[in-house]
Amino acid sequence: MQDPVLEVTDLVKEFGSVRPVDGISFDLKRGEILGLLGANGAGKTTAINMILGIVTPTAGSIRVFGKELAKERIAILRRMNFCSTYTQLPGNLRVWQNLTVFGKIYRVPNLKKRIDEVLELLEIAHLKDRVSGNLSAGESTRLNLCKALLNKPELLLLDEPTASLDPDIADKVRKVVKRIREEDGTSILYTSHNMRDVEEVCDRVVFMHQGKILFVGTAAEILSHFQEESLESLFIRVARGGEVEAAADPQPVTSDQ
Amino acid sequence: MTFSTIHALVLRNLYLYSRTPVRLVELVFWPLVDLLVWGYLTVFLQKHTGDSFPYQITFLIGAVILWDILFRAQQGVALYFLEDVWSRNLLNVFSAPVTNADYLASTYVIGFLRAAVTSILLSVLAIVLYSFNLFELNWSLVPFVFNLLLFGWSLGMISTALIVRWGPAAETLAWAVPFFIQPFAAVYYPIDALPPAIRWIAEFIPCAHVFEGMRDGLKDGSISWINLGKATGLNVIYLILAGMLFVRMMKTARERGLLTKFVSQ
Repeated sequence: MQDPVLEVTDLVKEFGSVRPVDGISFDLKRGEILGLLGANGAGKTTAINMILGIVTPTAGSIRVFGKELAKERIAILRRMNFCSTYTQLPGNLRVWQNLTVFGKIYRVPNLKKRIDEVLELLEIAHLKDRVSGNLSAGESTRLNLCKALLNKPELLLLDEPTASLDPDIADKVRKVVKRIREEDGTSILYTSHNMRDVEEVCDRVVFMHQGKILFVGTAAEILSHFQEESLESLFIRVARGGEVEAAADPQPVTSDQ
Repeated sequence: MTFSTIHALVLRNLYLYSRTPVRLVELVFWPLVDLLVWGYLTVFLQKHTGDSFPYQITFLIGAVILWDILFRAQQGVALYFLEDVWSRNLLNVFSAPVTNADYLASTYVIGFLRAAVTSILLSVLAIVLYSFNLFELNWSLVPFVFNLLLFGWSLGMISTALIVRWGPAAETLAWAVPFFIQPFAAVYYPIDALPPAIRWIAEFIPCAHVFEGMRDGLKDGSISWINLGKATGLNVIYLILAGMLFVRMMKTARERGLLTKFVSQ
């Protein structure tokens, strides 16, 4: 394995007396897709927001491309991108206008050509002149993904990218995610509530619960360790607190560290 | 600070206005209402006072135009942030390689453009409807108007900083902040018209000196260097303080996760 693209070490976030992220450590290798899994309130989104620099950690460190995020945030952000089901691009602008704005922010060379490429990749080239606010939920999510792929990011953070998609479009998005990893070597941190997403797309999974990492490993390793038939049944078991204490291992199941 | 980033952020707003012309109504409609109301009041007073008509009342029309320059500049900065909140685009912008300086510079440009559109329109209408030519002040107008822009930007940064700190519930501050200071800003009346006990407040408000200086200029065509100096000096201080407040609030917002709350609410 090559040097990690992302190294998260003893990361903590406190909001007053609440600790949504409680001392997590993991890394993401070049070209790897790492799933960040957990129930609502597990701390996934807070962790992603800290990696994006939108939320400042209380303690711990985040290194991206070997650099401290806290010190070189802007230079790092130029080489990464983000897509969340909870954000949208301005609905008043046309699709090409939104992509032009973000393409310029990320200093994308040959921007017009690149916009056409990402629209083709996500199969929404025919929507280029449409007003973004008039797109369906699935089209809007794919537009967000276009924005996230514009700068050919070396590190891509995807926060529940298939949450609002029908099975057909979700399948297409998963294929795109795998394709950009294969073609561009993009490292991807992928959060989802959809266990099928995680099993199909992710090389390894970080399973979070109440701000802590319960275990890290491949889907198969995790299922074998906890003797579950699917990640979904394990997810439900953990989310409901059943045998969490017994199942929890302070050390990851597998780690390349 | 990166030119391409500032260009992109400005472009986003220009696209917005070109896509939704109804937004231009906001730039035109309210200022026009103000101009008509104050303009016809001035005409009415003029008819009933004859030769004794004081020049200060003529300045009411000019005051309407100049106040709007300040207000539109402030709005350009404050509404810029809210546009991203309303469109749920805030995290896309703040997770992109955009520095505080890039962000603020683009809001200044938008504030300037908004002020320019409104002031040019009102100035032309004032000449056509009331034969009031603000440009009689010639070049002395330029530094005074520039000072209004500077103060509008400061108020815009303060408004945005407060909205960042207090969240979406505080977004009415984007419209309210300029009016907090308006009674003391000597817009339509001289500082001397204020009760002595609160007159000192006006001394600390840059635009009060702008309006005082422009009244003097309209009276005899001279440039009030003292007022211009006071306004410029205060504006430099306010710009620095407002910039520091904005940066401080953005830091606090990142520490407390406040930016993410704009998405979830």
